Amino acid sequence: MTGHAPAKRPNQLFRNLNSKIASIPMILIAMGIFLGGSLWTILYSFTNSKLLPRLSFVGLDQYERLWSTSRWIISIQNLAIYGILSLIFSLVIGFLLAALMDQKIRFENAFRTIFLYPFALSFIVTGLVWQWILNPEFGIQGIVRSLGFENFTFDPLYNPDIVIYGILIAGLWQGTGLVMCLMLAGLRGIDEDIWKAARVDGIPMWRTYLFIVIPMMRPVFITTLVIIASGIVKVYDLVVAQTSGGPGNASEVPAKYVYDYMFQAQNLGQGFAASTMMLLTVAIIIIPWAYLEFGGKKRG
Amino acid sequence: MNIRALTAAFAATIVLPMGVAKATDLEVTHWWTSGGEAAAVAELAKAFNATGNKWIDGAIAGAGSTARPIMISRITGGDPMGATQFNHGRQAQELVEAGLMRDLTAVAEEGNWKDVIKPASLLDSCTLDGKIYCVPINIHSWQWLWLSNAAFEQAGVPVPKDWHEFVAAAPKLREAGIQPLALGGQAWQSGGLFDTLVLALGGKEVYEAVYVDKDADVAAGSEMAKVFEAAAQAREMAAGSNVQDWNQATNLVITGKAGGQVMGDWAQGEFQIAGQVAGEDYSCLPGLGISPYIATGGDAFYFPVLDDEEKSKAQDVLAQTMLDPKTQVAFNLKKGSLPVRGDVDLTSVNDCMKKGLDIVAKGNALTSTDQALSADSQKQKEDLMTEFFSSTSLSPEDAQKRFADIISSAD
Repeated sequence: MTGHAPAKRPNQLFRNLNSKIASIPMILIAMGIFLGGSLWTILYSFTNSKLLPRLSFVGLDQYERLWSTSRWIISIQNLAIYGILSLIFSLVIGFLLAALMDQKIRFENAFRTIFLYPFALSFIVTGLVWQWILNPEFGIQGIVRSLGFENFTFDPLYNPDIVIYGILIAGLWQGTGLVMCLMLAGLRGIDEDIWKAARVDGIPMWRTYLFIVIPMMRPVFITTLVIIASGIVKVYDLVVAQTSGGPGNASEVPAKYVYDYMFQAQNLGQGFAASTMMLLTVAIIIIPWAYLEFGGKKRG
Repeated sequence: MNIRALTAAFAATIVLPMGVAKATDLEVTHWWTSGGEAAAVAELAKAFNATGNKWIDGAIAGAGSTARPIMISRITGGDPMGATQFNHGRQAQELVEAGLMRDLTAVAEEGNWKDVIKPASLLDSCTLDGKIYCVPINIHSWQWLWLSNAAFEQAGVPVPKDWHEFVAAAPKLREAGIQPLALGGQAWQSGGLFDTLVLALGGKEVYEAVYVDKDADVAAGSEMAKVFEAAAQAREMAAGSNVQDWNQATNLVITGKAGGQVMGDWAQGEFQIAGQVAGEDYSCLPGLGISPYIATGGDAFYFPVLDDEEKSKAQDVLAQTMLDPKTQVAFNLKKGSLPVRGDVDLTSVNDCMKKGLDIVAKGNALTSTDQALSADSQKQKEDLMTEFFSSTSLSPEDAQKRFADIISSAD
C-alpha cells in the first residue's frame, strides 16, 4: 500500500477477473484432455503397446512399420486426392452457386433450402444414399442400362482406380451447400456502393467478382477453408458407410487406419503412431498459416 | 415424514434386493444376432435360467470386429459384464495376462473338461500357464467349398469333386453367365479364402510351418508360390462379384447366380434357412475336396473377474451349463456348428455336418489361424489379401514377398 497506487494502471492479471475465473474450467479441460491426451498418445506411440498401453519403448519401430505399410501409403494418397479436390471443388462450386443466388433471383429461399438440405444429413446417411445411387445393379448404371444403353458403365465404388472419386462426389454433395451459404453471407456483406462504383467505371461483372469482391471476402474464405479442411482430415464415416475402405484397400483413409489398428488389430502402438502422423500433418499446415494470419497482424 | 421413517424406507430398498439375490443376474455379451444365431443363444439362456439364475442378454449387433472393441473397453474400463464371447485363441490373451479374467481351473477339473473336450487344442487355447480361463462352446472351421448344383447343371458341367475341377469348370460357368466364385468385399473374407488355399493346396506341413511356426523361408518358398498362383486364379474367378457381406455372397450360390463360395461352416445355416438340401441343391467340400484336414476354431466364453461373491458363483454355474451335453446339442444344432464334446448324441445332423464330425473324430483338426496368430498379424494379412483379391495390379510374386515379410515379423 503506497501513495502512488491510484496512479498505477491496474494489474493486467486481475482485469476482467470474473471472466478469467469463469474460463478456468475450460482451460483446464483443454490442457488436460486435448494437450495431455495428445502428449500421452505421442509418448505411447514409441512403445510396443498391444491391447493395453504399456511403457516398453521400441524407438521408431512403429513409425518404420507404418511407412512401409502399403495400406497407410494408400490412405495418405487418398486423403491427398480427396482433400485437394474437395477443397477446390467445394470452394468453386459453392462460390458459383452463391454468386448465382446473389442475382436477385426468384424463389431464392427455396433454392437455398434445397442446396443446404444435404448438409442436414449425417455422413453415414449420405454415404448409404450414395452407395445405393452408385450401385451398378440398381443405381445410375442400372437405370441407364434399362433405358437401352447396354454398354453404359458407371460403377466408381467397384473400381479400385476411381473409387475415391465416388466418395468425393458424395462429400461434395453434402458439403457444398454450407459453403454456398457462407459465401452468400459474405456476398451480402459487400456494400452496394462498391457494385455501383464498379458499374459506373464499366468493369465487367466477372472482373468485379474476381478482383474486387473476392479479395474483400477474405475473412469469409478463411472461415470456410478451416471448416472444409477440418472436415477433410477427419473423413471417416463417409468411407465406412460407402465402401468400408473397399474394394480391397482402395478407398482407405488415415482415420480408418487408426481405428482399425487400435481396436481391431489390438495394436495401440501402431494406431498411436498413425494418429501422431495425422496430428503432425495438421500441425504442419496450421502452424505456418496461424503464424501468418495472427502473428503478422500484431506486428503490422 | 420423520427421519426415522425415511431411513427405514432407504434401508428397505437396500435390504430387499439382497434378500432375493439368490437368483443372480448375469449379463452375457456376444455378437450372435442373425436369425439362427439368436435362436442358438436362446437355448443357452434357457438352460442357464433353469438353474435358478437369470441370463441378461447383451447382444452387440455388427460382426465381431464391431463387438470386440466394445467388450474390451468395458472390461478394461472397469465395467465388466458377467461373461463374454470371444473367438478361440488370442483375442483375449492380453486381458487374461492382465489378470482381468477369472481362473476356471477348479470348475474345469470338477467337470473333467480335459477328457471330454475334443479336439484338445480347443482347451489348450483357453489355457495359460496351466490354468484354464475360458469355456469353448462350439467348433467352426473355414475350409469349406460350397457349390450350387443348379449353376453347374445350367453350365453343362458336372458338379466338381475338388478345387482343381472347380477351377477347370470356371470358363464354362462364365460362358453361361454365371459368376464362378462368389467373394464378399470385406477384408476377412479374402483372408479366410487365402488361408483355406494354403491348407488345401500347400498341405498340413506348409500350413503349420507358416502360421504356427511363423517360418518366413517357407512363406517365401516354392510351395507357397503355388498357393499364390492358385490365389491369382481364384482372383480371376471372383472378379465381378460385387457384394460386401458373406451372406450376400452365399446367397449368390443359393440362387444359382454363382458357382461356388469358399466360406466357413456357418454358411450352412444360410442354406438351411433357404430350405435347401445338402447333396441335392448344394454340395459341400471340406478341405476344398483335396485336404483331409480342417483347421478348427470357434467361439469361447470368458468370465471377467467380479467383486460380487454371488455373481462369481453364477459364473461357475454358467460355465458348467455351457458344457452340459444337452445344452451343447441344443445350441449347436441351431447354430450349425459342431459341439465341443465328443460324447454327445448327434443323430439329426445333415450330410455336411457329418463330414465335419468325421474329420474331427479322425483327429485331423488343426490349429486355426485365430489361435496361431495375434490379432495384429491377422489384420496385416487381411489387409494384404483384400488388396490382392481386389486389384490385378498386385502380382502373386509381389504379394508373396509382402506375405513373407508379415510372417517374419508375426507374433
